[in-house]
Amino acid sequence: MIFRCAFSRSRRAAAMLLAAALACLPAACSRSRGPGKTIIQDSGSDTMVNLAQAWAEEYAKVEPAVSVEVSGGGSGTGIAALSSATVDIANCSRRFQPQEIAQAKKNTGKDPHEVMVGFDALAVYIHKQNPMEQITLDQLAEIYAEGGKLTKWSQLGVKMPPGSDEIIRVSRQSNSGTYFYFREAILGNGRDFKLGSRDMQGSKDVVELVANTPSAIGYSGMGYNTPEVKALRVSKKAGDPAYPPTVETTLDHTYPIARPLFMYTLGEPAGATRKYIDWILSEAGQKIVLESGYVPLPKAGAPR
Amino acid sequence: MLPAMKRPRWEILAESATESLIRLCGVSAILFVFGIFFFVFREGSQFLFHGFNLREFFFSQEWYPTSERHVRYGALALIAGTASVTVLAMALAVPFGIGAAIFLSEFCGPRAKETLKVVIELLAAIPSVVWGFIGLTVMNPVIINLFHTPIGLNVLNGGLILALMSVPIIVSIGEDSLKAVPDSYREAAIALGVTRWQLIYRVLLPAAKNGLLAAVLLGVGRAVGETMAVLMATGHAVKIPTSLMDSVRTLTATIAAELGEAPVHSDHYQVLFIIGILLFSITFAVNLTADLIVRGVRGK
Repeated sequence: MIFRCAFSRSRRAAAMLLAAALACLPAACSRSRGPGKTIIQDSGSDTMVNLAQAWAEEYAKVEPAVSVEVSGGGSGTGIAALSSATVDIANCSRRFQPQEIAQAKKNTGKDPHEVMVGFDALAVYIHKQNPMEQITLDQLAEIYAEGGKLTKWSQLGVKMPPGSDEIIRVSRQSNSGTYFYFREAILGNGRDFKLGSRDMQGSKDVVELVANTPSAIGYSGMGYNTPEVKALRVSKKAGDPAYPPTVETTLDHTYPIARPLFMYTLGEPAGATRKYIDWILSEAGQKIVLESGYVPLPKAGAPR
Repeated sequence: MLPAMKRPRWEILAESATESLIRLCGVSAILFVFGIFFFVFREGSQFLFHGFNLREFFFSQEWYPTSERHVRYGALALIAGTASVTVLAMALAVPFGIGAAIFLSEFCGPRAKETLKVVIELLAAIPSVVWGFIGLTVMNPVIINLFHTPIGLNVLNGGLILALMSVPIIVSIGEDSLKAVPDSYREAAIALGVTRWQLIYRVLLPAAKNGLLAAVLLGVGRAVGETMAVLMATGHAVKIPTSLMDSVRTLTATIAAELGEAPVHSDHYQVLFIIGILLFSITFAVNLTADLIVRGVRGK
């Protein structure tokens, strides 16, 4: 009896929810398919989601007849969505892998078309009270890679308050383009991450957790820098000069962990999508890259 | 429904239509459960029977679903994560929940009781993502400062949040089952001159024990199945916990975090569904046990 009572209550709630969802359905449809409005679906990289949002908002002023709908979730999410043709553009902070290209081709009959839209320096963040100023790529690998030897701040010569000597590794979930890029660029040779890192769902979450945790280290896009955290200067190896993640150091390749950001479409972009991407590559679009905290493409002809 | 009564045709039709609609609603619950089970099983079955390493799944803690060198699906750490958080949550929620149920049904005046019940039901209505947010932003610094640990997203945080989430269920079902004990039991006991404590300990708890056990088991089901709050509060780290201050990752959180990315029908995708089958089996077993126990109550 008790059980039945609990059951019926939950079922009633479910029915109400369903009814509400059904009632909303036609309204939602009619809103998104307004008269004469073209919709561009744009999803993927969490690193790029703020940037994509800023583009979409600005583009709504330039081209009111086109509405760009942006969602995040990670580069992997965008790739999966593009290869099932549910979005028009996939934002990616890494390149498509060969098997992903094959998958998209198999599902849709078209090759993913790649457009480079900007750069991001992958910043290494620590708590602002941490006295450390710079780090080498080897040290990062030893901290993050499976079998790496660095687990304590004292091994890096950093004095931490008692009880917080352990390096708290903050990482990303495994569909993140940032995760893939970090694994490839820092760990190298297909090495895996050390188990036990705190895997956050978003770029912003990484920075937030590092800001609240004195003994944490984390990696995230340079656009997510806040006064609460400190972005380390990074050098290629011990003894080399270390550089902070900035626009200049990214463009002259002195900052060692910078990466291009991409937008992918199925086949050559056409129609409204083509116009949108052309606008992104134009001066107006590239200005927004800089305003969002990322690095625009170099002016005289993009590399490659 | 006297035969002499004349009713318009449409009324009879409407009645039978309503009746079959209601019957459909009743049957649909069963259909949905089987449909969900079938779907989850179908999505995971291909890999489950071809190439799935059961031993690795249950006895290895190496969860590397997207490794380039060597993909490994060891879920031991995830199972340990779910178990540790659930056990802690129950260790906190059961005494509090049962205690509150006893207070509500035996000690408290009618007005205080109404207020308390509303508040407790309000507690149950807080969305789990809000709980997760509390864990992330409020409890994290509190735990860091209180225990001097490097990070506050850990078993303790997740367990506390889950305990708060399962207490309302335990209280409301526990209170129902205590109320279901006939008053004649109480009167008989008081007539024998027992104290209040003896009444509760010797008479009410034994009489209501099946209902209370069911309350606890439903609380367990809630804790095992909870996703969003633990995803945010436990730190999401693949690790077998050795203390309350270790970050863990649960089975549910793993599905939530990884399913969106895994290419449909890939091995990774199917392993996530196999985790789903495991979770389904756990909650099914727990709910079935609770149901059988309650049936035991009715059979008496």
